[in-house]
Amino acid sequence: MKSHYDILVIGGGPGGAIAARTAAKKGLSVCLVEKRSAIGAPVRCAEGIGQVALAEFIEPDKRWISAEMTGAAIVAPDGTKMKLESSLAGNKVGYILDRKFFDRELVWQAADAGSDVSVKTRAAAPIMENGVVKGATLEYCGQVMDVTADVVVAADGVESKFARWCGIDTTVPVREIMSGAQYVLTNIDIDPHSTVFYLGNEIAPEGYLWIFPKGERSANVGIGISGRKSGSGHRAKDYLDKFVHKTFPKGRPIEFIVGGVSVCRPLDCTVADGLIIVGDAARVVDPLTGGGIYNAMVTGRLAADVAADCIAKGNTSKKALMAYDAGWRSSKMGKSIERNYHIKEYLIKQPDEKLNAIIKSVSNLNLTEFSTITLIKELMKVNPKLMFELGALAASLR
Amino acid sequence: MLKVHRDICGYCGCCVSVCPEGALELIDAYLCVEKSCTSCGICAKVCPLGALEFVNEKPL
Repeated sequence: MKSHYDILVIGGGPGGAIAARTAAKKGLSVCLVEKRSAIGAPVRCAEGIGQVALAEFIEPDKRWISAEMTGAAIVAPDGTKMKLESSLAGNKVGYILDRKFFDRELVWQAADAGSDVSVKTRAAAPIMENGVVKGATLEYCGQVMDVTADVVVAADGVESKFARWCGIDTTVPVREIMSGAQYVLTNIDIDPHSTVFYLGNEIAPEGYLWIFPKGERSANVGIGISGRKSGSGHRAKDYLDKFVHKTFPKGRPIEFIVGGVSVCRPLDCTVADGLIIVGDAARVVDPLTGGGIYNAMVTGRLAADVAADCIAKGNTSKKALMAYDAGWRSSKMGKSIERNYHIKEYLIKQPDEKLNAIIKSVSNLNLTEFSTITLIKELMKVNPKLMFELGALAASLR
Repeated sequence: MLKVHRDICGYCGCCVSVCPEGALELIDAYLCVEKSCTSCGICAKVCPLGALEFVNEKPL
């Protein structure tokens, strides 16, 4: 490891890896540090991503794809099921990844492009000069070293600390943290090519429960509930166990993980002097689906693009780096976060009866584009009342 | 004060993200609690496993 880089990336998830890969490909000197001793583990993810979204960043490879999805289903609180299929029958719409190998591949590609990589290396504090971020103090197996950089990219995930140490409030409101738990269950009867989402206040208050297939007879079976609905005796694990005992009594867990997913609005500002914040650390998770992989990669790539530009011009001030903040906010991803935030806020306020009625209104939907927005539009067609209830938001969807 | 039941903790970092004081930090598989903790109870509430408990203090 050198003592100075153009870009220092903190965190080796998809956001950090794409930032490092992009910057290294541009010929910048880059170092990516990961506090854990292995890239990709432990997994904190349901591992789903859309087919088109993934293709924007990497060629699909069966080494890190667990299963291919051709459809999805949404189950109402009363058990009514709505099936979602692509208008092109049998069309691949998404993947369930194997994050342990996917994350490694991305970091591998960053390293291949010329980035330094250091695992079990923790950013313990920022190096600040007159309020400007100049690098980080790193700890590796008892060694402490100062590494400076023109731009630091904070990609340190939901448990992000770096931005906070730099003076940015990253606190997620209690009601907007999804408290999550997930089993990898084997020996279960599932449709191996369809994801399933269960809604309802008894099943997953202000969140949802998912079955994301990992193979013919195995799946990620997980849940996210609102932090405000969590407490002693009714935590994410309690809800998940209740569902699993009832639905998959013969299921065998080969992995159990927990995690938090933010479904709040993104940080008010995602840059500071010498600092760019990406991915979950910037709170750019899709507030409706809880999906974070794609948004992390989008912001990671843009962070590297803007940082490279600013470094070339010799100005990495907050004002110059604001091109990053403005860039992702005005992007399709940024607009989708804002729109989905409103849809989420609407949905969590609906009683079970209302969700039952919406899902009962149509048992099969063929979607031209497999996205949440296309789904909402289709639902509005059969439920005209939704249009009034969503108000100004509905108008913006047309 | 905040007691971390390390046999229960899944070191996921959910609690870290909601701490208004920034008093928690997840160092690999170890949750650290700093002195700035005000025993507000938010972290214990959101923990997916119930690994956090406040002890020797009046009930919240």
